[in-house]
Amino acid sequence: MSAREDGLPVPYMERTRHYYRALGYETDYVWAHHDDVPFARLSKPFRESTIALITTAGPPDLSNRDARNRKHVWSGEVENPPASFDTDVAWDREATHTDDRETFLPIDAMRMLVADGTIGALSPRFHGAPTDYSHRKTTEEDAPEILRRLREDEVDAALLTAL
Amino acid sequence: MSLVARHLEAHGIPTVVVGSARDIVEHCGVPRFVFSDFPLGNPCGHPWNADMQTAVVRRALLLLDAATTPRTTLRAPFAWKLDPEWRERYNRVRPEDRERLLAAGVARRERRKQASHPGGNI
Repeated sequence: MSAREDGLPVPYMERTRHYYRALGYETDYVWAHHDDVPFARLSKPFRESTIALITTAGPPDLSNRDARNRKHVWSGEVENPPASFDTDVAWDREATHTDDRETFLPIDAMRMLVADGTIGALSPRFHGAPTDYSHRKTTEEDAPEILRRLREDEVDAALLTAL
Repeated sequence: MSLVARHLEAHGIPTVVVGSARDIVEHCGVPRFVFSDFPLGNPCGHPWNADMQTAVVRRALLLLDAATTPRTTLRAPFAWKLDPEWRERYNRVRPEDRERLLAAGVARRERRKQASHPGGNI
């Protein structure tokens, strides 16, 4: 039965392996895998919590990239987000587009949920997490930097949206 | 993104990931995950559909509070009806694609080499 007929999730790891082999890459990418998963609980009532948004999109001026084109953590203001974003990562360009920011960085939706009392507040800054082939860079550089910025902003929890 | 969520969680900040690559996220292992069965690029819902986007985000936020154990996955109750062929098409490799893809791979590696050594000075 095909993925279309049974509605099963697309097997992205398998598809990606075949695709990159077809591109001529000899070594398969190894996706991160962990048996244990950390788990934290909210420290205050949900309706009083401040939530931060974290996206995999980049700024339109590519200012999060260094001279070697490596991406780094960046931040923006929810009150004044860029008019467009760098969405140059792997997504389905044949099926859709990223012209509507709310599909990958839901600032307006979060504002609505603050207004109706679902959550306490939206953190004034959102943060950009680089998508990187290097697990080491993500875990030793990018994730600690995002943690530092979230603590600076005194957030209670984070909503991460992956393009 | 999953590795970032794990790091934040390990340092006391609860997280919820919203995404469409279920196998990759669950392979990594995250505390809370809202699976949007949409093409990659629009995890929060159809473009220009604010009601759907708000509904997906609301479910994600509620999961922050409702989940009691790690690896909690919730499937968003929406389907991608804009294009019924998307599942089969993404990154497919057909026999007739092989020659073109191999050439694209060569060009890609050359571009990357140039980008990481601008001006050839490194």
